Amino acid sequence: MTRGENRVDRRTRGVLGLVAWLCGLAFFLPVAWMVLTSFHRETDAATNPPSLTAPLTLHGYREFFGAGGAGVSPWPPLINSLTASVASTLLVLVLAVPAAYALSIRPVRKWRDVLFFFLSTKMLPLVAGLLPIYLVAQNTRMLDSIWLLVILYTSMNLPIAVWMMRSFLAEVPVEILEAASLDGAGLPTTLLRIVAPVALPGLAATALISFIFSWNELLFARVLTGIVAGTSPVFLTGLVTSQGLFLAKVCAAATVVSLPVLVAGFAAQDKLVQGLSLGAVK
Amino acid sequence: MRTPRTERAANWARRAPLLPALVFLIAVTQLPFVATVVISFLRWNALAPDHRGFAALDNYRAVVTDPALRSSIATTVLLTVSVVLTSLLLGLGLALLLDRRFIGRGVVRTLLITPFLVVPVAAALLWKHALYNASYGLLNGVLTWVWRLFGAGDPPQPDWMTNSPLAAVALSLVWQWTPFMMLILLAGLQSRPADAVEAARMDGASAFGIFRHLTLPHLRRYLELAALLGTVYIVQNFDAVFTITSGGLGTANLPYTIYQTFYQAHDYGRASAQGVVVVLCSLLVANFALRTVSSLLREEITR
Repeated sequence: MTRGENRVDRRTRGVLGLVAWLCGLAFFLPVAWMVLTSFHRETDAATNPPSLTAPLTLHGYREFFGAGGAGVSPWPPLINSLTASVASTLLVLVLAVPAAYALSIRPVRKWRDVLFFFLSTKMLPLVAGLLPIYLVAQNTRMLDSIWLLVILYTSMNLPIAVWMMRSFLAEVPVEILEAASLDGAGLPTTLLRIVAPVALPGLAATALISFIFSWNELLFARVLTGIVAGTSPVFLTGLVTSQGLFLAKVCAAATVVSLPVLVAGFAAQDKLVQGLSLGAVK
Repeated sequence: MRTPRTERAANWARRAPLLPALVFLIAVTQLPFVATVVISFLRWNALAPDHRGFAALDNYRAVVTDPALRSSIATTVLLTVSVVLTSLLLGLGLALLLDRRFIGRGVVRTLLITPFLVVPVAAALLWKHALYNASYGLLNGVLTWVWRLFGAGDPPQPDWMTNSPLAAVALSLVWQWTPFMMLILLAGLQSRPADAVEAARMDGASAFGIFRHLTLPHLRRYLELAALLGTVYIVQNFDAVFTITSGGLGTANLPYTIYQTFYQAHDYGRASAQGVVVVLCSLLVANFALRTVSSLLREEITR
């Protein structure tokens, strides 16, 4: 019976939509709580039950940014994270785009084997190579250097980037490429005039995902940097002290350090699953 | 007719764009791992450099027999399996909810993605101090609210991290990784052929019947992929263990233990052997993950 089915379906859909909203809010609640707490005074943040109506203040942020004079400035770690993430992302793109081209548009023989070699390096735990890298860095005086992180983050993200770019470049129509080749276009011209317009959204998504993984990284930065090249995640781990109240400041710090990733992640949202599944899911 | 020399030059022209990335990756990932394997056979503690020497399988024997190391292996397995399975089930539920149309679906999807985009260290700090804290964390705060609603003055105020440390770490990881599972499974759902579902519905199939006979078989490879990739990522987790519990109270997983053995105990040989063990375990999972990706890739090529 059409009307009955429609009514039942409509009611079911309404209920399930409501459930979806509740799940969304439940998953978002910790983040909302982090942001709200970051705008509380320390005394208001450390109450039980927590106060939803406490006056808002920027005290947590002033504490974090060192205007209070007591803390270490977060600007060097933030700048280090930005430098390492942006530089490694650029290097990733420089290496990944030609490689992806060789694996999709003008594929080399055994291109699948090469692809899976790239993927297998992603599967290896970072911690397995940590000690030799530490020793080499020690001997070459590269410890506490931002450029060491750039190299390591590039190697960490290159497999994903190659896989993503290969799947994006595979969407370029073959006929257009053949026409360009007949007209005598060389590799640079082909890449610039024909491939780039089609692959640019994919390139942006790849860059954003590489940035996210670099910005998030802790283990390499924790072990291989000290005073000069420490990144934001490392800074966060040293933020909590045993003296006094710090919850508002910690929440402010967590919010500030997460902002670049949240922005990049939302911008890359549509391609996020493609990157995270290593190109297997579109 | 092309000469062999011309053909060889053409082949190299094809390979040339690939070589920088390939050489770079081999240098930065494969060579360090080879070095790790070599060091794992040495007796090398940085605090006693004069005693360095060949140790054969001593480091591996230590990995297998040391109770703390066995404990960290067990912890790694337990943490990984529980987090992957829980976030996979939750992710599947959320993906099914989002696969339907309702008002504000885009907003809900954004809300659900947010946990995955919080920097892992920041998320761990958030859970440790703003949620779990026994004195003023949100969880105990909510308990206080609820108890007061019913007029009672003595709400339970558990110390979550002390009472259930591994569950505390696991919960924060489930919260962060469920969106990952959801996104992959949602993509799988949206690649389901709509006409088959429509035909089944017209034939009077129930929603559960459609799910069991059409949706679930189609999703199997996406479930496999999400589980395998999640395992690869979560096995390597360091941030949550390091930040929430500092590896204490039985929560040290292998990455944390390796970090501690190498960075604090300075036992390079043993840390390397532990690293090799982690790689071997990861390769087992990676082998299945690679096969799943390969089958999806083959399907794409055939299409």
